[in-house]
Amino acid sequence: MHQVSHIMGKELKDFFISPIAYIVISVFLLVTGWLFFSTFFVFNQADMRNFFNLLPMTFAFVVPAITMRLFAEELNTGSYETLLTLPVTFRDIIVGKFLAGVVFVSAILVPTLVYPVFIAMMGELDWGPVIGGYAGAVMLGAAFTAIGLFASALTRNQIIAFIMGAVICFALTTMDRMLFFFPTPALNVVNYLGASSHFQNVAKGIIDSRDILYFLSLVFLGLYAAHLAMQEKK
Amino acid sequence: MIQVEGLTKYYDDFCAVDRIDFAIQKGEIIGLLGPNGAGKTTTLRMLTGYFKPTAGQVKIKDFDIQEDIVAIKQLIGYLPESAPLYPGMLVYDYLDYVASIRKLTGDAKAKRLRRLVGLCGLQGIMHKTIGELSKGLKQRVGLAHAMMSDPEILILDEPTSGLDPNQIVEIRDIIREIGREKTVILSTHILSEAEATCDRIVIIHQGRIVADDRTENLKQSGSHTRRIHLALQNADPADAIATLNTIDGITATASPGPDGILGLTLTCRGTDDPRPAVYAAIKATDWVLVEFVQQTKNLETIFRELTKEN
Repeated sequence: MHQVSHIMGKELKDFFISPIAYIVISVFLLVTGWLFFSTFFVFNQADMRNFFNLLPMTFAFVVPAITMRLFAEELNTGSYETLLTLPVTFRDIIVGKFLAGVVFVSAILVPTLVYPVFIAMMGELDWGPVIGGYAGAVMLGAAFTAIGLFASALTRNQIIAFIMGAVICFALTTMDRMLFFFPTPALNVVNYLGASSHFQNVAKGIIDSRDILYFLSLVFLGLYAAHLAMQEKK
Repeated sequence: MIQVEGLTKYYDDFCAVDRIDFAIQKGEIIGLLGPNGAGKTTTLRMLTGYFKPTAGQVKIKDFDIQEDIVAIKQLIGYLPESAPLYPGMLVYDYLDYVASIRKLTGDAKAKRLRRLVGLCGLQGIMHKTIGELSKGLKQRVGLAHAMMSDPEILILDEPTSGLDPNQIVEIRDIIREIGREKTVILSTHILSEAEATCDRIVIIHQGRIVADDRTENLKQSGSHTRRIHLALQNADPADAIATLNTIDGITATASPGPDGILGLTLTCRGTDDPRPAVYAAIKATDWVLVEFVQQTKNLETIFRELTKEN
């Protein structure tokens, strides 16, 4: 645990030092802000449902952009060797990097907190779905971080890491909107595998163990796959 | 201290290290020599647990590398080739991070950092970004990284590459100083460096150990043919060769040099010292002897003999 916190601290510091992180934050805020507020006044409703509807899609691209450097950069500069010969286990490294990613993804959500505050000033805002939405966003962010971490562990090229991560996250996000492509017997499974519906459940304020289990299994799968990828590199 | 048996590493079907065995005692300074691509770095990477051996065993103290990898990493300080460190970090931040991972805290950490700054000459660069350091300075930061926990075993992959001659001498002194109590393994392809710093030299060629001996023994070994170099003024090549070849067991070859100086190389068979006879033969003529050197075998010749491509 001790080592995990050091690795996480170092990675977090790196995130906030590198310019890429600020670019990603700016793009995220611009895209979500514009997409949300361009239709906000048309609907004339004091809620954030539209914001949370769009979030899985933006996260599918933003989160892999954040996580792409976690392993790929180390593999490219060779610092991976110095890291691996320090007295740490694979697990310390993966969990440390993962937690740093989750903290950073949560941090980029913080500026969006002005939206509900702003909306509450203009109308009656129901805070339940907002809190649920943010809880769901953190869970979804954690799941996508684990996937992005795995993609990053596969290659020394950050762009490839980004594209692979984005493709997996995008597929998970859109899966339950593509049901007409799948044969009838598979529908239930595919529907369960899609990330959007699980996220929307949480965002409505319904805390169901199935949704939480879904995100936890995605995190576990991503981290385990990253572990396998590291093992393979020896 | 370190026991290696049958260590082998294949990259796909290319054999980088082929069944090597050696044992290293506490307090030895070992030099791993070999041409480029001989398997030095691969061997060191397996010793530090970065690479998993295809076959074979590594035991460090009583720990097996497959089972107690973290315990072994705690004993070892390792500087990888060309010191790949995080380019975006400040030197201080980086060393502080390594100290934390090495479980140093509070006063002990501050004391150790100060000691390493002095030892590795990092004064004045602690506030700089690693990426903007010159190669030599980066190498020193890497050295501080490797020595952070005052490890029992220090493994250095080409520690002096990229350093200027003054720094090389400094680093050698540091290594020798550490080597009094600790075990040091270093790889290099600079022969004079190995000769100057190491107690024992292991030469690797095409993934195999071709020589493993104490430095002074190694320099005396090799084949027993003696070579004598002569330079003569005023001598005719054919004449000189004919005269010298009459001495028992000597074959002379000539190579005319500038200013009418004739260079001669005498290859001597047998164990008797031919030098008195050679001198006597020259004295009987009117040639002027300007050079008379018996070539001792240095590490370079031995290295070349052992690692020549077949």
